[in-house]
Amino acid sequence: MADVVLRVFRGTKDGGSTKDFKVPLTEGMVVLDALHYIQAHYDGDLAVRWNCKAAKCGSCSAEVNGKPRLTCKTRIDSLPQGEPITVYPMRTFPLIKDLVTDVSWNYEINKKIPPFTPTKDTDWTMYQEDIDRIQEFRKCIECFLCQNVCHVLRDHDKKGGFYGPRFMIRIASLEMHPKDTLRRTDLLRGRAGVGYCNITKCCTEVCPEDIHITDNGIIPLKERMVDDYFDPIRWVARKLAGK
Amino acid sequence: MELQEWGALFDRTKDGRILQRAFGGHTYKRLCHVGDRTGLEMIRTLQDKGVHSGIDVYMECTITKLLKDGERIAGAFGYWRETGRFIIFRAKAVVLATGGIGKAYKITSNSWEYTGDGHALAYEAGAELIDMEFVQFHPTGMVWPPGVKGLLVTEAVRGEGGILRNSKGERFMEKYDPKRMELSTRDVVARSIYTEVKEGRGSPHGGAFLDISHKGADFIKRKLPSMYHQFLELADVDITQVPMEVGPTVHYIMGGVRVDAERGASTVPGLFAAGEVAGGMHGANRLGGNSLSDLLVFGRRAGLGAAEYAKEISDNSLRINDEEVEIAAKELLQPFENTEGVNPYSVHQSLQDTMQNYFGVFRIEDGLREGLVELERLKDHLTHLKIEGSRLYNPGWHLCRDLRSMFIVSEAIARSALQRKESRGAHSRVDYPDTDNPQWGKVNSVIWKDGDEMKIGTRPVPEMPEELKQLFVEK
Repeated sequence: MADVVLRVFRGTKDGGSTKDFKVPLTEGMVVLDALHYIQAHYDGDLAVRWNCKAAKCGSCSAEVNGKPRLTCKTRIDSLPQGEPITVYPMRTFPLIKDLVTDVSWNYEINKKIPPFTPTKDTDWTMYQEDIDRIQEFRKCIECFLCQNVCHVLRDHDKKGGFYGPRFMIRIASLEMHPKDTLRRTDLLRGRAGVGYCNITKCCTEVCPEDIHITDNGIIPLKERMVDDYFDPIRWVARKLAGK
Repeated sequence: MELQEWGALFDRTKDGRILQRAFGGHTYKRLCHVGDRTGLEMIRTLQDKGVHSGIDVYMECTITKLLKDGERIAGAFGYWRETGRFIIFRAKAVVLATGGIGKAYKITSNSWEYTGDGHALAYEAGAELIDMEFVQFHPTGMVWPPGVKGLLVTEAVRGEGGILRNSKGERFMEKYDPKRMELSTRDVVARSIYTEVKEGRGSPHGGAFLDISHKGADFIKRKLPSMYHQFLELADVDITQVPMEVGPTVHYIMGGVRVDAERGASTVPGLFAAGEVAGGMHGANRLGGNSLSDLLVFGRRAGLGAAEYAKEISDNSLRINDEEVEIAAKELLQPFENTEGVNPYSVHQSLQDTMQNYFGVFRIEDGLREGLVELERLKDHLTHLKIEGSRLYNPGWHLCRDLRSMFIVSEAIARSALQRKESRGAHSRVDYPDTDNPQWGKVNSVIWKDGDEMKIGTRPVPEMPEELKQLFVEK
């Protein structure tokens, strides 16, 4: 079979450049297979974060031919033939080395979201139709491709003001849990910054789990926030209650 | 129920309770599940509970040596993958939860982390390993394309009604286990598929056909969504229309660190283990779904056991031996010093070939002996590994240490497999096809370290308490 050329970024936060590698193509090969070939045959120290190789762990995110993808499910035969395949690290997070970035900001954000809070005497009867929509959110594998592509975080670096799509659906999965008792709209309006999202749906497009992040997660959260803060009747009630 | 109270959302029955299903060898439908991603649901729930309970997580930190003061555990030594810098943890107790050994084999469902680190750490610290010959081959791994060979095809496919056929269209499980058919235990189904392929009735890529398409596209996409996507995207196969091709893949090791059932305590004071790294829980053949229950129950017990033990040592006079740390650091850095040597990736590949060829689904004395000789030969490379680059996030360097663990567990598997001259569960000896209860039914194989030598023997299996025995009486 033919060879394929991978143009891979090699470097650290202090700088770097791309390097071309020729890899023999095998049937059904994915970009991560090619990166492993490079490690075993050319550059043993090429840094790549990966685990399951089955699109279930969300570790191997990178930008392939400019698009945020899981390298383990990006088939080489799905990319344009005859030209080098470029592989860069995710741009939104600080680079550690080569294709590995520091995604720890995401874990810090996760800590700030008030956890699931049921009542003490909860009746745990729940019907499938009531949990279908949150089960969709809970498919998330935390690959952070949505965070990477979100222009609020990527181009405007608003990490201080917006939690990003991943944590919008995390909040949505808590808010819409039939047995949860907390209201997180103040967080959404404030530090989580749901207002920053202007619904370009880039996050939904890159989600490898096909979660309808914008339509099923962020838009309903925006509606909740608006209901709580800008509904005139509730506004009056809040003023009267002195809040 | 506790997971549910922490926010986990399992699939529901019509009347709003948790829906349960059966896997191979189960007597009752007892598995709570979420489609085909039950593990992810548990991970996320435990992660969130942990984060909000104030547990510190040290990400991408690899432990390479357990430190002892005399007989007792005093801490752990390792490195940060990101920077390559070393770190010492002072600790009165350590709980191993490092999973399995699959990466010692060529065809495995396991990720790169399954290099037997915990098994090796415990062994080197003086703990005993038991039943290492029992390596589970999951009957259904992907067989094509080459890059995903071994990737898991969940047992949920059979749990939801999947049917196995050979190239002649025969439902071959009728021959091997007519009562339980596809939902027989994993050892039986793996051997059956292996035999069908070996006797020339395999699928085009050397597996068996697993068909779920009769259940309809809607059902499959709802109950097995990740399998649907996995085959469509990685193998161009639409499982709602045509069968999958599947074959055995190394999935789990039943053997591991010898611990007591109450606290998960090993034979080294202060060292505890839970989950796959602990041995004995699943006998010679784990049933599907049981490791998730195992880690919940025995993870908790080991945690409580370790906390209790640590409390007993009131004044922390445990000392870290500086010399021991220096030697550990020097060993780790050796590959950077070598100006000539072997590529760790090539050694890994040879190891995987050896384990796959000689210690697979079926075993035989001559093969096991040959394999052991080959392992001894390859092991010599460990002191002559050569790598490039710096200590900064360097997978080649990390592999050098992982290889050491893999050679320890591989040798343990080899010696235990040679010793057990019978067939039981996942350990199938062609030369000893019968289960020999008088000789082997009441002992565990035991591996321990004596100087630089690996020793092997047996120990009596702990007596099962009467109340548990009652559960196994056929009604």
